[in-house]
Amino acid sequence: MKIAGLDVGSRAIKLVVLQKGECILKKEVATGFDYVQEVQTLLEEIQPHKTLVTGYGRHLLAQHMGFEHVTEIKAHAKGVHSLFAEVRTILDIGGQDTKAISLNPNGRVHSFVMNDRCAAGTGRFLEAMATSLGCSIVELNALALQGSNDFSINSTCTVFAETEVISLKAQGANPADVARAIFKSIAQRAASLLNRLSINPPLCFCGGVARNKALVQELKAMLHMPVLVPEQPEFTGALGAALLASMT
Amino acid sequence: MQTYEEMWRNLGLNLDAHEGLLKALSGFYSSIYASQKNRPNAMKYFDFVISEVHGLRIKELQEAKAQGKKVIGTFCVFVPEELILAADGVCIGLCAGAEAGFELAEQYLPKNTCGLIKSFFGFKLARLCPYANSCDLVVGETTCDGKKKAYELFNEFQPVHVMEVPQTKSENAKSLFHSEVMRFKERLEALTGTKITAERLQKTIQIVNNKRRALNRLNELRAAPIPPISGLDSLLINQIAFYDDPVRFTNAVNELCDELEERIKNNVGVARGDTVRILMSGCPMAIPNWKIPAIVEGTEAVIVGEESCVGVRNTRNTVAEGCKDVNEMLKAITERYFQIDCATFTPNTERLNHIVEMAETLKANGVIHYAIQFCQPYTIESKRVEDMLASKGIPLLRLETDYSMQDVEALKTRIEAFKELISP
Repeated sequence: MKIAGLDVGSRAIKLVVLQKGECILKKEVATGFDYVQEVQTLLEEIQPHKTLVTGYGRHLLAQHMGFEHVTEIKAHAKGVHSLFAEVRTILDIGGQDTKAISLNPNGRVHSFVMNDRCAAGTGRFLEAMATSLGCSIVELNALALQGSNDFSINSTCTVFAETEVISLKAQGANPADVARAIFKSIAQRAASLLNRLSINPPLCFCGGVARNKALVQELKAMLHMPVLVPEQPEFTGALGAALLASMT
Repeated sequence: MQTYEEMWRNLGLNLDAHEGLLKALSGFYSSIYASQKNRPNAMKYFDFVISEVHGLRIKELQEAKAQGKKVIGTFCVFVPEELILAADGVCIGLCAGAEAGFELAEQYLPKNTCGLIKSFFGFKLARLCPYANSCDLVVGETTCDGKKKAYELFNEFQPVHVMEVPQTKSENAKSLFHSEVMRFKERLEALTGTKITAERLQKTIQIVNNKRRALNRLNELRAAPIPPISGLDSLLINQIAFYDDPVRFTNAVNELCDELEERIKNNVGVARGDTVRILMSGCPMAIPNWKIPAIVEGTEAVIVGEESCVGVRNTRNTVAEGCKDVNEMLKAITERYFQIDCATFTPNTERLNHIVEMAETLKANGVIHYAIQFCQPYTIESKRVEDMLASKGIPLLRLETDYSMQDVEALKTRIEAFKELISP
């Protein structure tokens, strides 16, 4: 019996399929305009017996395809707990929002906070910053790993932060140092969100943005606690959804 | 409909923009309210009143004015309605809960002014509010810096009487407020030409107390294990309390309560007994600000109370009856209004205790604290609310939002996750 977990995010749709408790498929496609159609195509060849959906597209899919749905908060908690049972705090940075979740020792959600409506410090922010340095996010990460700690970006607004990056460029700053400053600013924002909860170690960093090692380093330094990153951090929500689906 | 158009034109409204507003309002109302299941029959009255919010009620105001009565608009639960009625005035709450005329409002006010202030400016400047335009006097108060300074500007458009509400609950502060109650009484008498006598005031104290008692009765009935009425409907009733005729309104609420008592006896309600119960706390929600309650009840949770000015902050205390002369009555009025636990006061411990008490009495599974973005008193006080509730083991979700619909999806995620967290 195949069980599917879907995480319909703002930038990507993630699918995890379980069979007899084992993960048999992980797949990611970009979120387009008609994501109901995209999901139908994704599921066509799999024909899961049961599907549970999370992510910001959950309501539309629940409505169109009759899936059950849970929030990303619950899905990430479940997914992360299955990977690292000792984790007490989760940071999830996705395409347009950031979530900080504190877990009870048994893996249940204790409390959570999310960023306000502004997308500063999210995947979108990173895309805009990379563009203003004329590189991809992968390149930005590689640059930042060689950067010095000389600069800071203080604006939390994406537009103002872009202006800061441009003025640093104009001052002749080394692109690697600017790249590091960009990741530092994201880490600072994430840390201030996390500090609104009473957080316990260890922390798991997930969501697509967790693929950036430069950011993981900044977070470790700022939070003074171990930061665990799943092998494919973008799939924890979908994994959690699949696990929750197999429980009911 | 024809007669209303004439009336609206005479009130100086922008007819095209106003028609657009009414269409949007009625669409928003029916999408939220019509989808509710198993509503009490007695809601028909309130549905009718809201459908005539800019129609029949405005006509009544014009008729009252034609008889020589004065219409007095208020923005706050600190303005004693008893006095307005005793001076033979009509009391109308002017708070607005929609994003209308904001561009015009921002010509006067900073962008980061709270939605409530921007909204009453916007409605006035965009010529959309038949209530403001019916008023002979608008009464402001000093409950926050934003309102206090905004009334200075609003005074350019129509006369504003500003009552000074103190910021502590000391004896000195109380005597200041008492003198403000006296000054308001004199202003009303000068405006209406009607002397506020003991006989008149005694009667209006009763009228307003009866309105509060009816609303308190409604709020108590919501503690039933099977909620007999939705939070959306209860909020609507609390909103209508600010502009409907008080005696007629009180009768309608009591009729509704009779029906709710029957429902409770027969285990009839709007949700099952195991439904997640939410207490809302914080800033007022003026018509048509139904955004958060619609999301909350859309997740099949039920709101069982509003710890808010459009809610129990407006109703829970009554004015002592049985006073003999006007001076005694004015003292009783001062006492009653001075108990209001608005976040303008420092410290405001009564409010923190009251939230806990409400959560326990109403058997709420959790509290959602709602603050209008840029409302400093409530956003800052929410931290103390959080600490207090944490010490009692009551889960809390803090939300800060405005009148726009941009953040509905993000709010849904927070509210649903909160519900997952507190589900028994």
